[in-house]
Amino acid sequence: MSSYSEPFVQGTTTQGDGAAGAPSARSASRARRRAARADGVPAHRKRSLWERIKRDRVMLLLIAPGFLYFVVFHWLPLPGNIIAFEDYQPYLGFIDSAWVGFDNFVKIFGDPTFWQALRNTLVITGLQLVLFFPIPIVLALLLNSIMSNRIRKFVQSVVYLPHFLGWVIIVSIFGQVLGATGVVPHLMQAMGMQPFEAMTTPWFFPFLVSIQSAWKDAGWGTIIFLAALMNIDQELYEAAAVDGAGPWQRMKTITIPGIMPVIILLLILNLGSILSVGFEQIVLQRDNVGAGAGEVLDTWVYYHGIQNGQWGPAAAVGLVKGVVGLALVLGANKVAHLFGQEGVYSRGK
Amino acid sequence: MASDVQLTTRAVVMPRTRRRNSSADSARPAWMEKPSRIGTAGKALLVTLICVATIYPFLTVISTSLSDSTDIANANGLVLFPLHPTFAAYETIFSGGIVTAALVRSMLITVIGTLCSLAATIGMAYGLSRRDLAFGRFILLTALFTMLFTPGIIPSFLMVKQLGLLGSYAALVLPTLISAFNLVVVRSFFMGLPQELFEAARIDGAGDFRILVKIVLPLSKGVLAVVGLFYAVAYWNAFFNAMLYLNSDMWPLSMILRQYVLLGSPLDTASVGEISAPSQAIQMAVVVISVIPILLVYPFLQKYFTKGVLTGAVKG
Repeated sequence: MSSYSEPFVQGTTTQGDGAAGAPSARSASRARRRAARADGVPAHRKRSLWERIKRDRVMLLLIAPGFLYFVVFHWLPLPGNIIAFEDYQPYLGFIDSAWVGFDNFVKIFGDPTFWQALRNTLVITGLQLVLFFPIPIVLALLLNSIMSNRIRKFVQSVVYLPHFLGWVIIVSIFGQVLGATGVVPHLMQAMGMQPFEAMTTPWFFPFLVSIQSAWKDAGWGTIIFLAALMNIDQELYEAAAVDGAGPWQRMKTITIPGIMPVIILLLILNLGSILSVGFEQIVLQRDNVGAGAGEVLDTWVYYHGIQNGQWGPAAAVGLVKGVVGLALVLGANKVAHLFGQEGVYSRGK
Repeated sequence: MASDVQLTTRAVVMPRTRRRNSSADSARPAWMEKPSRIGTAGKALLVTLICVATIYPFLTVISTSLSDSTDIANANGLVLFPLHPTFAAYETIFSGGIVTAALVRSMLITVIGTLCSLAATIGMAYGLSRRDLAFGRFILLTALFTMLFTPGIIPSFLMVKQLGLLGSYAALVLPTLISAFNLVVVRSFFMGLPQELFEAARIDGAGDFRILVKIVLPLSKGVLAVVGLFYAVAYWNAFFNAMLYLNSDMWPLSMILRQYVLLGSPLDTASVGEISAPSQAIQMAVVVISVIPILLVYPFLQKYFTKGVLTGAVKG
């Protein structure tokens, strides 16, 4: 069980000496072993914390930079949310800025642009959930049904690729394809339709964003479902086929239930992030359609806070979003547990 | 022995990369019906459509970047194939200096950032791979819980500002040093290595650090290559941190792309004298240059993730 046990070393004292190794290191280890024996720590006793710290000092040193990173950039900024309750002035700092209680929240809840941003966010994430979420599942089923290994690998390589492009590149490419001179307007014109500006039409914006997300990540999203499909016991299919179940029946009774836990897991994750749309993606295109259609909560925070210096209200929106998001994840996970699914995390084994 | 709270990825499947029958390319099991002709044709059509929809945008971007102004004018902007291929657009952007400098900056940021991220990830993952590490659970949870929440844009920005990182390249690397997901992947891989090797080395007197360098790292080249490439791609693509924290004379390529392609600012190339390349071609040339490094590393990435290295390694 335990990966590293000195008692084991103790029991094999004589073996080590014959093996190659730097003499200094060897004598050091011998000294350590002697020390261990002198301690008389029985093999079964759990080591005290101090002993473990001493034993693990190198490990802890190796961990230190990473641990510091998580503390400094993920945990320490959390109290910074206090400025949501302050009239924050950068030159005064957290401590000396005036405390205003819930004024910032009152202010944002009375601000129509905030509600507009919230509405846009929900429209976009809702649309993505409806339009985008099933695509990887269907694509995975399609890929899984391709019998030729070579063709399947080829298709996989093609559809995974866009995932690795940054949003700046993707938005540029979409401008070329859907923009005024792109292929889609040309096709529409050829079919006698009125071409329209896909990149700049406000009502189309949620669709545009969803299509871009699908193009970028639908292929990548199949990986998790393909893995789930691989995990289904192939003998189930064989048994079902022998019993006379056709392809559709096998899909309905074996495949879909087999990947259901993963589907539910991803639905939960998606629900948890229903207040977050791809920030980079939106901030690049917001000005094409104007704030009315293109503003989402994250961009609201960015433009009001960092651009215009309304730190307090911006932090208040960020805080509301963060708290609601966390509550959504935890709540959705709870629901999944109630339905007997594993969810994102589980307590114990 | 493993931690009680198993965050994420526990339900996230571990594919036993099952070889679907060994040698033959097609692997239809004996019990399965012969596929119908219509079904096969429909599938083939669908798959072809999907591939075209993915590849076509790349082709049009490349063709446009190689076109001259008559091509673009004749095709009404939609160039399928440049009749007069020319590298004028590329010559223009590389003589301007702005793109070249940004390209060099982006490469440096990517290389240095990736090395820092890898080092920090390896150190932390290796330390946490010991099952009864002192404070092990506490440290692990400190890292893993960050997957559930973000501190928010404003507090993060203020933290970077407070640390005095505004206007420094460190602001591009430090705030995104480790991805908790990559940490979990590497840690699980380390934990899966045969423990007997470590015990043998320990008997020979190797300390924890020596074991890391001499045994663990050589055995983990594959997973480290994937994680490294993921970091590299992220650094290459990142633009938001650059937009927040850097002045325009420090911009990486992604910000240049935004400025000149998306916002349409004219690329300042007046110093070249005559500019023959049309602006559309120049813009697409910048896109191509941004995509090329990703295309170069893609085969390596692909080699590993089809093997299931990533998903396979992910366990609580």
